[in-house]
Amino acid sequence: MTTAEKYVTAAYLVLLGAVLVYLVIIALKVARLEEEVSDLIRLARERRGG
Amino acid sequence: MSTSLRNSTLALATAGLLVGGIALALFWAPEDADQGFSQKIFYVHVPIALTAYACFGFGAWKALRLLWTAEARYDLESYTAIHMGVIFGLLTLVTGSIWAKISWGHWWTWGERQLVLFLILFLFYSAYFMLRYSIEPGPRRERNSAVYALFGVALIPVSFLAVRIAGTILHPTIFTHEGANLPGKMLLAFCICLAGVLALAATLYRVELAGKRVDASLRELRELLA
Repeated sequence: MTTAEKYVTAAYLVLLGAVLVYLVIIALKVARLEEEVSDLIRLARERRGG
Repeated sequence: MSTSLRNSTLALATAGLLVGGIALALFWAPEDADQGFSQKIFYVHVPIALTAYACFGFGAWKALRLLWTAEARYDLESYTAIHMGVIFGLLTLVTGSIWAKISWGHWWTWGERQLVLFLILFLFYSAYFMLRYSIEPGPRRERNSAVYALFGVALIPVSFLAVRIAGTILHPTIFTHEGANLPGKMLLAFCICLAGVLALAATLYRVELAGKRVDASLRELRELLA
């Protein structure tokens, strides 16, 4: 691999890496939202029951 | 068309455009006679930079709508667009530095006005978050954030035109008032890459905005149930 090829690969990997990092952040956020929704459902059930 | 179907279509179009654009840029577009293979960075760096400008401009447009109509939903839309702009701005600086290193032998040069002005634009919008989170949520925060976002938009044409005004030789000028200084194959690959990166920004914007709206709704629901 030439030096130019290494730099070009690095630049394209920056974009790919950013998309992957964003995907991980979104996955974590969805997991957190899921947990919050479960909490609120439990809270609503408790209120209805109590 | 439902929102879910529209988001899926946009995500699929993004993937297609990005994969197609990168394949064309790397394997189909001819190598630059002057810079050789390293010029291929152009196909990611310039679309990412133009997308950052578009995101900041879109954020400022939404800020203007907020000040004009006082509708709170524009605040979240403006904030999300600026958030995207800062992400693409950071990517512009990183890919630009990689290209600078291989082309000029330096990661960064303070002598180039376009680079410095882009850095100022990036730092200006990075400071937007500090301003935003230093004020309690509510109409005052919405208004102040909108005014700040609108001030920043003035830096976009200055940053974009800086290389033309400066007339320096380091940072190349591809698009002039006479058109694009690119052969047809390079221009086509560039346009597809640009469409792909813009579509990526649009997809991320929609996902981020939906997430922030769900967050806000859940917060409201929690307050109602408390």
